[in-house]
Amino acid sequence: MTESTDNNHPNPKESSPKKQQPNFLARVTGNGSGWWKSLLIPTLALIIALIIGAISIALTDLEALALLKEDFPGALSLMADGVGIAYKAMFVGAFGSVYGLSETLFAATPLILAGLSVALGFRAGLFNIGATGQMLIGGMAAVWVGLNITLPGFLHIPLALVAAVLGGALWGGIAGFLKAKTGAHEVITTIMLNFIAFFLVEFLLTTPVFQNPGSNNPISEQLPLSARLPDIFGGDYRVSLGLLIAIAAVFFVFWLLYKSSLGFEFRAVGFNPTASQYAGMNVEKLCVLVMGVSGGLAGIAGANQALGLSPYQVTSAFAGTIGFDAIALALLGQSHPVGVLLSALLFGAMKAGGRSMQAAAQIPLELVTVIQALIIVFIAAPELVRAIFRVQPPEKESTQITKGWGG
Amino acid sequence: MGLELRGITKRFPGVLANDDVSLTVELGEILALLGENGAGKTTLMNILYGLYTPDAGEVLVDGQQLQLSSPSDSIAAGIGMVHQHFMLVPVFTVTENVILGMEPTKAAGWLDMKAGSQIVENISKRYKLDVDPDALVEDLPVGIQQRVEIIKVLSREARYLVFDEPTAVLTPQEVEEFFQIIRGLRETGKGIIFISHKLKEALEIADRIVVMRDGKSVADVIPEQVTEEGIAELMVGRPVELVVRKKLAEVGEPVLVVNEIIALDDRDHTAVDGVSFEVHSGEIVGIAGVQGNGQTQLVETIMGIRMSLAGTVSINGQDVTNALPRDIHQMNVAHVPEDRQASGLIINFTVTENMILDSYYAQPYSRGIQMDWDIANEAAERLVQEYDVRTPSIDTQVSSLSGGNQQKVIVAREFDRDVGLVIASQPTRGIDVGSIEYIHSRIVEERDKGAAVLIVSSELDEVMALSDRILVMFGGRIVGEFDPKKDSTTEIGLAMLGGTK
Repeated sequence: MTESTDNNHPNPKESSPKKQQPNFLARVTGNGSGWWKSLLIPTLALIIALIIGAISIALTDLEALALLKEDFPGALSLMADGVGIAYKAMFVGAFGSVYGLSETLFAATPLILAGLSVALGFRAGLFNIGATGQMLIGGMAAVWVGLNITLPGFLHIPLALVAAVLGGALWGGIAGFLKAKTGAHEVITTIMLNFIAFFLVEFLLTTPVFQNPGSNNPISEQLPLSARLPDIFGGDYRVSLGLLIAIAAVFFVFWLLYKSSLGFEFRAVGFNPTASQYAGMNVEKLCVLVMGVSGGLAGIAGANQALGLSPYQVTSAFAGTIGFDAIALALLGQSHPVGVLLSALLFGAMKAGGRSMQAAAQIPLELVTVIQALIIVFIAAPELVRAIFRVQPPEKESTQITKGWGG
Repeated sequence: MGLELRGITKRFPGVLANDDVSLTVELGEILALLGENGAGKTTLMNILYGLYTPDAGEVLVDGQQLQLSSPSDSIAAGIGMVHQHFMLVPVFTVTENVILGMEPTKAAGWLDMKAGSQIVENISKRYKLDVDPDALVEDLPVGIQQRVEIIKVLSREARYLVFDEPTAVLTPQEVEEFFQIIRGLRETGKGIIFISHKLKEALEIADRIVVMRDGKSVADVIPEQVTEEGIAELMVGRPVELVVRKKLAEVGEPVLVVNEIIALDDRDHTAVDGVSFEVHSGEIVGIAGVQGNGQTQLVETIMGIRMSLAGTVSINGQDVTNALPRDIHQMNVAHVPEDRQASGLIINFTVTENMILDSYYAQPYSRGIQMDWDIANEAAERLVQEYDVRTPSIDTQVSSLSGGNQQKVIVAREFDRDVGLVIASQPTRGIDVGSIEYIHSRIVEERDKGAAVLIVSSELDEVMALSDRILVMFGGRIVGEFDPKKDSTTEIGLAMLGGTK
């Protein structure tokens, strides 16, 4: 700064007349910060969430609460014991044995895929709440291929997966198309499409094409062996080929976002659609494409649930809450493919460990949901609210009081 | 007596924004604070306004040291600020805006609008501001909105008024009226700080000029003792060319032909209302006009970003009416958009990513869908060197570059090929003198190489300096053509306000 001709001032206050706020995307993706910083915030959020989780375990410990008046220190130590037992059981359940580890991986598999779906949307500035619907449609497409086409396994499974990608891409693409053509907000349309998908699947499962013969319930016929995702660690463990597909998807999404020109467009549109348009990108087409690719990834997650779970029969519940968990873990993973992988493993571990915790300490499984929810609250809730309601984040220091309308 | 800043030092992470700055303004004096963007003017004023706490130094009014920890402290001390971007509620009336935050009330908290409008009326009369207390702010021209801001400040009994780049948004006529007003304020004994990066204005209006550079106050002079060149050198730290030197235009074939185009703005009002003109190779055509008279929409229509409802646009004889932006770009058109941060750059992207923003999809940066970042980085390194972009590295996000360097990134990206047509909107808005000089010389260079150049700017001085021919746009139409060598600023300024030639 001593050289007089040096006009490279990184001073944020004076650099430009109209300062652009770091937008939602920049915040949830940790854009512009070092990798350690990207890890810092999620880690802190996890720690705070675990602490509050511990408090809620303690406060629901009726035995200890009853003791609180007579023997305060005793009650506290009882509570601490309870928390210790619960968290230890969760940890051991998730990582303490080969079986536990396999359960963690099993639970993480669909989360990785659906998380990538949501993360890709975030990177491109789109809020895909519809992973659930895309999973349902993709999964049903895969089931249709599984039930109605006879092929050897090495062809049957890939074909079913292709169908899943197309199904999911179609469902996501509808929302993208509506946004591009009419401006309908993708949050609204994807939520609505979730409902449509759910009841469509419910209906399809009662038609002869899918329904298990002899059943009156909406449940599918059992898939033939050739269409089931094989277990990769043998029949004792539930980890299927889906895990390898999910890991491949992590590499694929990383390549797409950072090494391909299409991904460059996705990211450009995500940050600034106006400048992207000025640079000659077709923003409307990209909107459909992003939702299509995002939906395709969710479709594979759907196929994983439809083709990879014993007893290989599908009900309308096969997507579960994965599509919503995916939003949480995409935020936790800062919408980076590797971040998504790590957070999916964490959520998988909590799911696997949560069952052990329930068994060992009689803590309801829902506590895991509470902890997951708390993580999101600490990472993203203000951001989420702002993004959905299109509210500008409060400006820093200089304009707090003088926020104006001019310009 | 007076308002005094003594030894102010303010440090931000990595930057010394103010380094032992001292200045004084007396009552009844106009002090111009000159400096480039990033020189530390705004930081200094934010300290004065209680928004920042200085790391060292003190603020005194009439010899009394002040503790400024919020704007209300400053207001209480009699310091008022008129910001560059007005802090007005557009749907409120003048009175409502003025009393906002200090509403006069009757019994039981009822708003006393009559008292409010009385306050506005009194001030308006006393300082000859001529503002209707009941007008809606959004209906008022920018010049009058600025007066509302002034009334707001005066109604809080300010004795010292700080104006941050007050003329940036005004037409030449409005600037003249504004100068009358602040001279009037000086007569009534107010002390005025006028922050600007425009030399001419400072020389015209100020009683004293303080120049800041790199956070330091480098000169405290009276206008009679200095020249424009001298001040510019103080601001930049080296001798600066203030006039754009250019040869006589060698006008060739028409490159851009715009014929009777009509386009709407975002609210579906006609913004471009039958505009026709030609730009030939080897000439610079400047479109002057007060902002909001359809220039933005005109350029967007030419660039294929906005639909033209009627008329044609052709480039090199080829019809490009409503063509895709990419197709137009591929016809060797360089486009410097009006708002660099909103439409010229993706500020969260790195320098490299911005350098290839409109050419990423083709060789050499992409083979098929696979990008080659090594080649992109090499190109960015070269462009950063060639176009003198001051950046720590090519991996730096452009959001952390200064405005001038951001603009250079755009210019580098757009000019780094065989350019046949240059369309530049507000090419030097809000950037430092050094970068302005550089960008102007690049534009003239392209012209001399035979490009057709269209400049759109609301800075009349810039249009006058660069153009070989000036078109004035008003109300969506071209209302006059001028020769910058023959016609005067006054004539052109009049046309900008809708007066005919």
